[in-house]
Amino acid sequence: MISTALTDLWYGFGVALEPHNVMWCFIGVFVGNMVGVLPGMGPLATISILLPLTFGIKPVGAILMLAGVFYGSQYGGAICSILLNLPCHPPHAVTCLDGFPLTKKGRGGAALGITVISSFVGASWGITEMIFLSPILVVVALKFGPAEICSLMLLGLLAGSTLARGSPLKGVAMTVCGLLIGIVGSDIETGTPRFTFGIPNLFDGVEIVALALGLFGIAEFMKSVNQLSEVDTKYTNVKLKDLRPTREEFRRALPAMFRGTLIGSLCALIPGTGPTIASFVSYATEKKISKTPELFGTGMIEGVACPEASTHSSVQGDFIPTMSLGIPGDAVMALILGALMIQGIVPGPQLISEHPDIFWGLIASFWIGNIILVVLNVPMIGLWVKLLTIPYKYLYPSAMFFVCIGVYSTNNDMFQVGEVVIIGIVGYILLLLDFHPAPVLLGFVLGPRFEENFRRAMLISRGDILVFIKHPISAVFIFMCVLLIVMQIYVRLRPPKVLATNIVLATDRKASEAAE
Amino acid sequence: MFGTLVKKRDFYAGGLMTLLGAAITLDSMAYSLGTLTHMGPGMFPLMLGLTLTLVGVLILGTAVVTPLSNDENILPKNREWRGWGCILAGPIFFIILGEYFGLVPATYSCVFVSALGDRTATLKGSAVLAAGVTFFGVLLFSYVLKIPFPMFRLGH
Repeated sequence: MISTALTDLWYGFGVALEPHNVMWCFIGVFVGNMVGVLPGMGPLATISILLPLTFGIKPVGAILMLAGVFYGSQYGGAICSILLNLPCHPPHAVTCLDGFPLTKKGRGGAALGITVISSFVGASWGITEMIFLSPILVVVALKFGPAEICSLMLLGLLAGSTLARGSPLKGVAMTVCGLLIGIVGSDIETGTPRFTFGIPNLFDGVEIVALALGLFGIAEFMKSVNQLSEVDTKYTNVKLKDLRPTREEFRRALPAMFRGTLIGSLCALIPGTGPTIASFVSYATEKKISKTPELFGTGMIEGVACPEASTHSSVQGDFIPTMSLGIPGDAVMALILGALMIQGIVPGPQLISEHPDIFWGLIASFWIGNIILVVLNVPMIGLWVKLLTIPYKYLYPSAMFFVCIGVYSTNNDMFQVGEVVIIGIVGYILLLLDFHPAPVLLGFVLGPRFEENFRRAMLISRGDILVFIKHPISAVFIFMCVLLIVMQIYVRLRPPKVLATNIVLATDRKASEAAE
Repeated sequence: MFGTLVKKRDFYAGGLMTLLGAAITLDSMAYSLGTLTHMGPGMFPLMLGLTLTLVGVLILGTAVVTPLSNDENILPKNREWRGWGCILAGPIFFIILGEYFGLVPATYSCVFVSALGDRTATLKGSAVLAAGVTFFGVLLFSYVLKIPFPMFRLGH
């Protein structure tokens, strides 16, 4: 098992080291790192903007690049949190707690140095996990029939919508909306147009690019316009030599890194708990086991190393269910899956055997990408820090152009630009009502496959709805769904400790903000 | 009780989802439902519509039981009508000018109008930004990626 995995990995390096693939990987991580640093731009918006540009390139290059944007932005986000105290990206919100005090003490450079090392350690572990775990998962998943696939998707959707940010009920509502948007267009079996309102442009369904750019582009811009304050660049003068941590700092950060990595990789295995939750849990754990918990929040290097390592290990781990089962854990993964589907590749357990170049090339490119990121971040820190000062008022109008032209170029159809405007308005209204639109994309991407497998399962079982609990594996998934719902209700009625610590963290943050 | 209920954000959130769910349930009846074994095109939407209605009612239910919080305003404190208007006007300009005059005017107007949404934006600053984006955008999309969108055209 191990030796085949290593042979496959060797093959993957062959693919990823082809010059054009290295180039796409480099562009991906570079752009990712850049948007990670820029306040007000997230990986979701960026991947959706870049998605139409990848139609012309080969699937391997496209996926390497889009994945690179995702993990690259995690490196950049840390810079923003540590030097500016701006949690522009949710996974790095906890990094602010100790990162910014370190900056004020003049050790911001060292915190960044530790971040780069922790990120690399965390990411390396996440990739290793993917190499050995995915083939095992695939062996199991290839035995699944339509009923099992259906229950597994249900579990994925439920986990993705209830464990993410905000109210679980609203998350479920958004997922159902996503599934419904996935229905728009011609029915796969009978060809009946559904929910098209008689508009011929909608017969092919809603384009994923239009949906993603409406929800994460236009709606986000409407939310952020005039809301971002001028950044305080007082502490952003970081030079290359400042990055080196002292021996003492490194000694303290090292065990925290490994603990963070472990927590992150565990969180990655539970669908729906992405990097944000991983970073919160690891910070809380680190604080708990520390001998001096009262010093957290005043600039403890452990408080930077641990959440950063866990974020990165969970970011890489997120790719496991996406690539091996075809079930994305969050909106970013849904987009990457959407990109695969646009390239004509059917996601699912057969992906590794049918397209080994994509799977193993992607894994190998993770190593290459992470090494590029370390190289990019260390000597070029000055450049990234400069980027922090680009004002939002220049960013979003430029992004608007990319939104328009990107949507237009998917089908050369002006109608879709109008679609984006409408989706943007709806998305903003949903944001105002406290709905987080990320699960919409999850439902949208899984919807058609969910319906297809559901119909197939019903056909095979001759209309017996109980088939989902009669098959043992499927029954396990359904049981986990029920467990998830029961857990959510229990959490609502009686908040457990983890939640309580999160609330404490949040109040801590508010207090420290007030003290500024 | 009803008086405080209509002030809550979740009342509108739940209401919206309930209405949407009900509308979809009704609409899916128009397609053939089929049987469970041979599902017609209407069956899956019907199930989703019912689920959405149920979830909407549950959200409404939580709105009834949770006490009124201090922040129930749906619109943010600063109403950015100018920002919102400009951001939405950008793509609309892009559609109209792109359809009749080509890529360059479409790009320029889209960036220029969107940029005006920022409260500190000036006409001159926006014009310069729009010119820059147009230059690089046209270079990238027309020359490198070669999308079929003429730089200039008159009429349709």
